[in-house]
Amino acid sequence: MREYYREEDLDRFGEVGKHNPELFRKFMTWYNSALEPGSLTKREKVLIGLAVAHTVQCPYCIDAYTKSCLEEGLGLDHITEAVHVASAVRGGASLIHGIQAHNAVDRLAL
Amino acid sequence: MTFLERVRSVRTGPLCAAGIDMLQVNLGYRCNMACKHCHIMAGPARKEVMNADTVSAVLEVLHENRIRTLDITGGAPELNPDFGRLVSESRKMGRHVIVRTNLTVFFEEGMGHLPGFFDEHSVELIASFPYYSETEVDRVRGKGAFEKSIRALGRLNGLGYGNGLSGKRLNLVYNPPGAFLAPPQATLEEDFKSELNRRYDVYFDNLYTFSNVPVGRFREFLVRSGNMGKYMEKLACAFNPETLEGLMCRHLISVDWKGMIYDCDFNQILGLHAGDVPYHILDFDRERLSHRTISVGDHCYACTAGQGST
Repeated sequence: MREYYREEDLDRFGEVGKHNPELFRKFMTWYNSALEPGSLTKREKVLIGLAVAHTVQCPYCIDAYTKSCLEEGLGLDHITEAVHVASAVRGGASLIHGIQAHNAVDRLAL
Repeated sequence: MTFLERVRSVRTGPLCAAGIDMLQVNLGYRCNMACKHCHIMAGPARKEVMNADTVSAVLEVLHENRIRTLDITGGAPELNPDFGRLVSESRKMGRHVIVRTNLTVFFEEGMGHLPGFFDEHSVELIASFPYYSETEVDRVRGKGAFEKSIRALGRLNGLGYGNGLSGKRLNLVYNPPGAFLAPPQATLEEDFKSELNRRYDVYFDNLYTFSNVPVGRFREFLVRSGNMGKYMEKLACAFNPETLEGLMCRHLISVDWKGMIYDCDFNQILGLHAGDVPYHILDFDRERLSHRTISVGDHCYACTAGQGST
């Protein structure tokens, strides 16, 4: 499984649409619209994108959104804080399930 | 598509000069710093410095021609022994003088007088300042560069620079610290102003965002890091025909340390002479230079990307 994620594959994203161009076109239209500035600025949106990229741990998304952050004038401080937010929410999501474990113990234990 | 082909696709005829409002003079490639993105590849070891005779020839051109602005650059132009003479004589002639300073040169031996000198001669300053945090700046410009730059800004602010007053203009320049394009100027200027003021109590007038031109050390970095192809593609994709009219090269000429004439600082480094016109400051012919054809190459995409870099 050497080089499972190859950098150049990101540029081949369009090939995903080969077997169903209509669905891919719809996805791209929706994706691009979602990233357009609206009530949130472009900068806020790329930071959200970066945080999500780390949560889903997609190497392509991490590269792409890091670059987008830099192009929005954001620096390492901003990037690092966004990754901490993603990690904290993800960590908290695991931790809150401790309640489920406690509930299970309550159900099972004497 | 090459830059030349792209220009031909959006306008009839070649890119030509539209007068000479500015004389940009490079006083040499010697610098107290060796920044990673420097297109000049300037540094302390460089020996190329404009001599006194060539400085006199520049002053003669200013004297004989009504060119409004003298834009002095380098290296660190302040390190040229004739820097003071060039500034003070040009000011006596009533020319507007801009100095492109790296700020840290104020702390070199014998250079402590510079802030006062600039103030005395009402010099407009354009200072390199890649970012508002230490990590990013020191990574590009060397350890300690950020701290010195902040101290230099503080000294200039103390003289009234950066407060919106004419004759005390202090502008900063942001170059992206890597293989990516600059963000919109207005947004970044707002960030720079609020962060520099909040964190360090320093201020400035305007921020200019320039895309890095793939020349010199920046080009070497692009090649070394494997980013060259994608960066050039990005620049070409961001081509904005509306930037062509206002391109700086159409309104200035650039003179190198030997007195040779070019369309811009980047062509100077590439050895790309201005079109069929006199090559040396001693042969300055304003009429011919004002209508010359600009020499272009694919590096010019950096000046036409997005909102432009002039």
